[in-house]
Amino acid sequence: MIEILGYTDRLAVRPGETIEFKVSRETGAGPYRADIVRLRCGDDRPGGPGFQEELVADAVVNGDYQGRKQEINCGSYVNVPPTAAFNALAGFELSCLIWPTLPGVGEQTVMGRWSGECDEGTGYALSIGSDGKPCLRFGANGRIWRLVFPVPVTARRWYRLTARVDSKTSEARLLCVPLEERWGDHPVVPSSARSSIKVVTETDTPFTIAAHLIRDERRGWRGAGHFNGKIEAPELRDGDDRLVARWDFAQDISGIAIRDTGPHRLDGACINLPTRAMTGHNWTAEVMNWRQRPEEYAAIHFHEDDLYDCAWDTDFTWTIPQTLKSGIYAARLCTGAAEDYVPFFVLPPKGQATAPVAFLASSATYLAYANSHDHYEDPVAERCHGLAVLSPADLFLMQRRDFGLSTYDHHRDGSGSCWSSRLRPILNIRPKRALWSLNADLHITDWLEATGQAYDVIDDETLHKEGLALLANYSCIITGTHPEYFSTAMLKGVASYLDAGGRLMYLGGNGFYWRVAFHEELPGAMEMRRGEAGTRMWTSEPGETGLATTAEPSGMWRHSGYAPQRLVGVGFISEGFDSGSFYRRLPASHDPRAHFIFAGVEEEIVGDFGVFGGAAALELDIVNPKVGTPAHALRLASSEGHSNVYVVAQGEVGANHPGMDGIESPLVRADMVFFETLKGGAVFSTGSIGWAGSLAHDGYDNNISRITRNVLERFIAPEPFAVP
Amino acid sequence: MFKVDPSRIDLAREFRAKPFGRHSDELQRILNFFRSDPVAHNFCVVCTRPHQEWALARFRATSREPVDLLGPVYGSLEDAEWDIFKLRWRRHTGQALEID
Repeated sequence: MIEILGYTDRLAVRPGETIEFKVSRETGAGPYRADIVRLRCGDDRPGGPGFQEELVADAVVNGDYQGRKQEINCGSYVNVPPTAAFNALAGFELSCLIWPTLPGVGEQTVMGRWSGECDEGTGYALSIGSDGKPCLRFGANGRIWRLVFPVPVTARRWYRLTARVDSKTSEARLLCVPLEERWGDHPVVPSSARSSIKVVTETDTPFTIAAHLIRDERRGWRGAGHFNGKIEAPELRDGDDRLVARWDFAQDISGIAIRDTGPHRLDGACINLPTRAMTGHNWTAEVMNWRQRPEEYAAIHFHEDDLYDCAWDTDFTWTIPQTLKSGIYAARLCTGAAEDYVPFFVLPPKGQATAPVAFLASSATYLAYANSHDHYEDPVAERCHGLAVLSPADLFLMQRRDFGLSTYDHHRDGSGSCWSSRLRPILNIRPKRALWSLNADLHITDWLEATGQAYDVIDDETLHKEGLALLANYSCIITGTHPEYFSTAMLKGVASYLDAGGRLMYLGGNGFYWRVAFHEELPGAMEMRRGEAGTRMWTSEPGETGLATTAEPSGMWRHSGYAPQRLVGVGFISEGFDSGSFYRRLPASHDPRAHFIFAGVEEEIVGDFGVFGGAAALELDIVNPKVGTPAHALRLASSEGHSNVYVVAQGEVGANHPGMDGIESPLVRADMVFFETLKGGAVFSTGSIGWAGSLAHDGYDNNISRITRNVLERFIAPEPFAVP
Repeated sequence: MFKVDPSRIDLAREFRAKPFGRHSDELQRILNFFRSDPVAHNFCVVCTRPHQEWALARFRATSREPVDLLGPVYGSLEDAEWDIFKLRWRRHTGQALEID
């Protein structure tokens, strides 16, 4: 049972800036204790380096608080503020195109002006009933009247849905027609009946699309009865067939605004990140990106489990002291025996470096995996990972889909999740959890602390905003174990840093792989599309690989012409989650250019130890000159002996074939690589997520630690590297 | 369609000796087969004491529902893997594995 949890209004904060902490005590009102701690290591396994935190004893926010349960209102919709134009609708016509994806699961409101529950509210609405049949619904004075269309809709098919009400006769008419006839269809005729109640609406009720509203004491309104599927071209006419509003979802696709092209300009706004830039009913397949023909992308896909911002009340705020050392911190929340750690990154003051090296926290990748369910929901998960092991956080999230999804998950309607947001508790960005994401990266900060190396912490989202300026003052940047997700601005920032003579230690695997974007209007919201290739849990629908936020093609960076090998010499090749292996040194490791890397390392086999069974573990990268590994790169060592759980990644081969597993394929390996860049810079890549899991072995005195230390010391030294 | 040969106790012993890591091709085929059940009603384990205790459980029809604890608890993930291997062996071969 998860009893307490929280989140912050930002993940990255600098001295002098204020961070807000939002806490929910899931068991109800009661006290809790909050303390700020600096995290060093999150690995609490017996025999591991051990969980290590340091209390920030003088943090003024440390103390006892009174908590309460805070609610989450997930589900996306469009909200149009109330206006007099909606008040005068004695008679009206509602119409739109729909592409339902989950008909038959609860009553789902398509559009209307409705306040209250479906069975007792007030107003008018078009919906898909819990039996999958279209419905026109009136409510007034506690009475409900429904006109039901007799033919249920089918999932993933376009329909035109129209309802008309005559103000003089109270005659209502409802029609739902598939846009394309299919074999087996029967002719449909409109349903009609005289309404037994007069349509009334409350003047303060907004008009909504893809949900209706329920009054909420704290926030005014909350969405309910969410529609799952695409909606296009919603329109409202009055009783005299005059246009009241026609919302065009093809306008301003990259933002949250919804434009009304009607006479009153009744613009609305998207709530909770529905997926825009979706193919509409008229998509021709002549273009694959909304920017080329937005009119073919005039649909929005709404989901009942979309979420942008929990919007919880703030429990306490903390202005970061000017003297606080950069690092990974957390608010430690305790109530009884329950605890939660709410992490955040304290960066150095803007424009300053307080250490020669910076650890780049992979906050984009952390977001991509946020609250993921794929490790037990993916049908192939057990074959790759072994038995599904459920933690208390997993058990909690299985039933609490209102905490939002990761970009690995499917929505309840089976569509892929394109969005992730940090404005919610993220239960797998925590110490003491699975050795993945932040908790695996804490092995690196643990090692930096153990070796006495001063370091700053910076993060992806800030890199996206500030680019090269964030990196420029450091002699060396160290990545996390799995820096998989990069926006264009992030990638350009790192590439520019290397072009300017920077040094990069890529201590991970499967990095720089997916292309993502951050929302320009909604801080902390990250978008991605899985595309049609790459190791992925879902596949984009045809024509939907373009990001709504930027119109860039998403999917693999490789397919945008920037394979990881171009930046760091190696790129993803294989993954397996059973057991890691070791590296064997190659002749290049004895090249004079690499002497500094292996100084004091006599062994030919390195990394045959560690928490993952070897330093080459989990996800592996290799060189590939064809897609960008520099010709002068030294392939220093390669791993071997991987199991047959590892197979060559789908994106790296044209066709699946026998002989692709770790026993048979020579491609299944991790390559350790070094090369010099322009202006005295250099890159060192380990090609393995598991590398950092070996750093602490034998009291940090081992050949993986030695190699890492050798590289770091040379990379922060001022002497330039010369390209051979 | 792949079938498990119930006479190949040697493969079961191989798994018992080393549940994680590189396996023989013949054992890997069995593991791939055993681990291909859909999520609905599939076995899993619930961590009941961090790094110390795991309980045998089973999903319900969907992973949106609570899992059901089946009773057995284990002191290691290796023991859990082995117990579930035996349960599946019995299900797919009709014969119990009479080894510990």
